[in-house]
Amino acid sequence: MDSAGPHISATSGPDSRGRSPWQDAWRQLRRNRLALFGAAALALIAITCAAGPWLLPSSYNDQDLAMTFRPPSLRHWCGTDQLGHDLLVRMLYGGRLSLAVGLCATAVALFIGVTYGGIAGYLGGRVDAAMMRVVDILYALPFTVFVILLMVLFGRNFLLLFAAIGAVEWLTMARIVRAEVQSIKRLEYVEAARVLGFSRRRILFRHILPNVLGPIIVYATLTVPAVMLIEAFLSFLGLGVQPPMSSWGVLIRDGAAGMEEYPWLLIFPGAAFSLTLLSLNFLGDGLRDALDVRSSAD
Amino acid sequence: MLRFLASRLLQSLASLFLIITATFFMLRFVPGGPFTAEKAVPPEVLRNLEAHYGFNQPLHRQYFGYLGRLARGDLGPSFRYSNRTVNEILADTLPVSLELGGWALAVALGLGLPLGMVAALRRNSWIDHAASTFGLVGLAVPTFVLGPLFVLVFAIGAGWFNASGWASPADRVLPSLVLGLAYAAPVSRLTRGGLLEILQQDFIRTARAKGASEFRIVVRHALRGGLVPVVAYLGPAAAGVLTGSFVIETIFQIPGLGREFVTSAFNRDYTLVLGTVILYAAMLMAFNLAVDLAHAWMNPRLRPD
Repeated sequence: MDSAGPHISATSGPDSRGRSPWQDAWRQLRRNRLALFGAAALALIAITCAAGPWLLPSSYNDQDLAMTFRPPSLRHWCGTDQLGHDLLVRMLYGGRLSLAVGLCATAVALFIGVTYGGIAGYLGGRVDAAMMRVVDILYALPFTVFVILLMVLFGRNFLLLFAAIGAVEWLTMARIVRAEVQSIKRLEYVEAARVLGFSRRRILFRHILPNVLGPIIVYATLTVPAVMLIEAFLSFLGLGVQPPMSSWGVLIRDGAAGMEEYPWLLIFPGAAFSLTLLSLNFLGDGLRDALDVRSSAD
Repeated sequence: MLRFLASRLLQSLASLFLIITATFFMLRFVPGGPFTAEKAVPPEVLRNLEAHYGFNQPLHRQYFGYLGRLARGDLGPSFRYSNRTVNEILADTLPVSLELGGWALAVALGLGLPLGMVAALRRNSWIDHAASTFGLVGLAVPTFVLGPLFVLVFAIGAGWFNASGWASPADRVLPSLVLGLAYAAPVSRLTRGGLLEILQQDFIRTARAKGASEFRIVVRHALRGGLVPVVAYLGPAAAGVLTGSFVIETIFQIPGLGREFVTSAFNRDYTLVLGTVILYAAMLMAFNLAVDLAHAWMNPRLRPD
C-alpha cells in the first residue's frame, strides 16, 4: 500500500461501500485486543488521576504523623511515606502532572513539527533543503545533555520543562510530516486547488495537512510516552518537577532512596508509570496498524 | 564514497562548532557563576580568582582564547577542583563510562540478536511470543525503575552483589545488565522485523531452490541485509548507552562521566561542563558517522552516488 494516507488508500470491495476510511480504521482498531486494553487502561488511569483526589478522603498535604512508613493496608491502600502522606493520593496528584507534561509537551512538539515539516515539504527546493539541514544538525546534538544543562542553569522552571522537551521531540514529527506532504502535494486534487487560485497557506493547511492526520495521530500517541520518560528521567535526577509538586518520576526517586526498608514506595509508582507507558505503546501500535501507517517493520 | 565522507565530516564539524559556541555563551549569560557560594568571598579574592581564570577579559577574547586552546587539545583548568585540569578529570571518568557502555552494548547485542533471529525463524512459536513480550516490557520499564528493582532483588534480597560501587568485577554485572536490557528489547524487535522482510525476497528463494541449508541461508544471505535496521538503531543506541548512564551512574554510584557531568552543571564548573559537552557531542557524531558508513557497506542501495 502506498504512503499517501488513509483518505486515499481506502480498501475497495463489495461491502466497503459507504464506509469512510476512518470507520475502516475504527473497525480494525476494535479487533486489536492489546490496543483496546491500552485505551481502556489509559482512560481508567486518566479518569482516576483527574477525579480521584476529590473522591479520596485525604489531600496530598494531609499528614498522619502517627502513620509514617506504613505498608499497604485497608486504610492506606498503597501505604504511607516518611511524613505520613497517603501514597495513593500522592500518586494520583503525581499522575496528573506526569500526564499533563506528556500531553502539553507533545502538543508543543506537534505544533512546531507539523508547521515546520509541512512548510518544508510543500515549498520544496532550496527552502526545503535548508530547513531540513537545520533538522539534521539539531538531530546530531546530544539533547539529553542539553536538557540537563538547561534545567540546572535556569532554575528548574516548570514552563521551561515543557519547552525543553517539546524542542527535543519536534524533529521526528517534522521529518514525517515533510515526507507525507511531499508525496501528497503531487496529487491531482492539490493541482486542482492550485488551479482554482487558492493561496499556498490555504492549500497546505486546509487541503494537504488534514490528509496527513493518520501519521500525525500515530506519532503523537508514541511521542507522549517518550515525553513522559524524559520528564521522569529529569525528575529522577532531581532536575524536573520540584516539591511541593510531585510527579511519578519524583515518587520513583523518593521510593528508590528508601526501598530497602519500604519497597512499596518504589513498587507502586513504578508500576503505575510502567502501566501507563505500556498502554500508550499498545494504543500507538494499534493505531499504526489500523491507520495503515508504515506497517512493514513488524 | 569519499565525497560523502567528506561532506558528513564537514557537517559534523559545523554541528560541533555550533554546540561549543551555544554552550559557551549560554553558560556566561545565566545568573550565578562558579564562585557564587553560600559564603560570600571578599571582593579582592574574587577579583584575583577572576583574573586567574581570565574572567575579567572581554567576553569575545575569552571565547577566542578558549577556541585557540581547544584547538591544541587543552580544555582548561577546572573551576571547582583546584589544581586539576578538565583533561585530567575526563581522562579519569571517561574509561569508566566507556567500560559500562561497552558491557551494556554487549548485553544488548548478545541477548537481542539471537532472540530476534530465533523469533523470525520460528515465527508465531512460543519463543516469538516470549520475545515480543520481552520487547514490550523493555519498552515500558525504564532504567530508573529497573535499576532500583534489580538492586532490591539481587543485591539487598539475594545478597549476590554490592548495591553500589565500581571496585570489584562483580560490581559491573548489575549496572551493565540494567543498561543493556533496555536496549536488548528494541534490538530483538528490529532484528526480527529486518530478517522477516529479507527472508521473503527473491534471492532467498533462489538460495533455497539451489538447496542451501537453512543455516547458510540465514547466516550468509539474510543476515547482512536483515541487520540494516539494527545497525541504523545502534547509532542512537550507543549515544543512549552513554547518556543513559546519567541515571545508572547515579543509582549505582559509579565514578563515570555521566555523574561528573551532572555534578559539574550543579557546580557551575564552566570549563568542566563545556569539556564534557564537547566530548559527548564528538562521540555522538563519531557514532553516527560510523553507522552511516556501516549502512552503506551493508546495503549498496543506500550508497550515495
